[in-house]
Amino acid sequence: MKILTLCGAGIGTSGILKVNAERVLQRLGIEARVVAIDASMLESELDDAQVILTGPEFVDTIGKTFADVIVIENYFDTAELQRKLELALG
Amino acid sequence: MDQETDLPALPDEAVVLAARARDWRDAVELAGRALAASGATDAGYATDMVRMIEKHGPYVVVAPGLALAHARPGSAVRRDGLAIVTLAEPVPFGHPYNDPVRVVLALAGASSARHLQLVAEIANIFNDSDAVERIAEAETPDAVRAILGVAA
Repeated sequence: MKILTLCGAGIGTSGILKVNAERVLQRLGIEARVVAIDASMLESELDDAQVILTGPEFVDTIGKTFADVIVIENYFDTAELQRKLELALG
Repeated sequence: MDQETDLPALPDEAVVLAARARDWRDAVELAGRALAASGATDAGYATDMVRMIEKHGPYVVVAPGLALAHARPGSAVRRDGLAIVTLAEPVPFGHPYNDPVRVVLALAGASSARHLQLVAEIANIFNDSDAVERIAEAETPDAVRAILGVAA
């Protein structure tokens, strides 16, 4: 499975989401590749992505997609991340 | 959980405590000035950080009370750098969940790969902890350094 984390530059807040998502996925025993990207990389990376983790500002940028878009409020709250990932991955 | 990390040093010049900022822009510029004062970046990096927020919105407010100001690596970045500004009066950034901001952490990475490593280190500090609160109330640069686990 592929999960994208999206932010403005692809190296800041998406990096936080990436490390914390990897931590949560390990906890849940789920194998996935997590890729931190900026909006310019969205089109090329979106095809085979199942989940996109991002902040509320980027939802409109993502637009229509088959991937589950998960909006994170507190990037450092791994409990929030785990809850939302579990819900999306069912 | 005060521990040594791989983060760059945080000299006194890079710490501004109980600062007064008119608005979010002012707060980010203060942090940018602190980064430049430490020698990590040129003065222009502050403008780059402000532009990121103008362009993409207040997404840098990653947790309640904490803004992680940053811009892309580029000619304004001399080396990895970190700056901390705490605000005497919290300032709204326009974030739907995490306003108002009490602590601005400004980050510069010499490369994209390095920047990603640094945010991972920062995540380790702020995950599941009251670090923002403790930094907001720190009274000396030493206290901030102890919370972040960095050298002067």
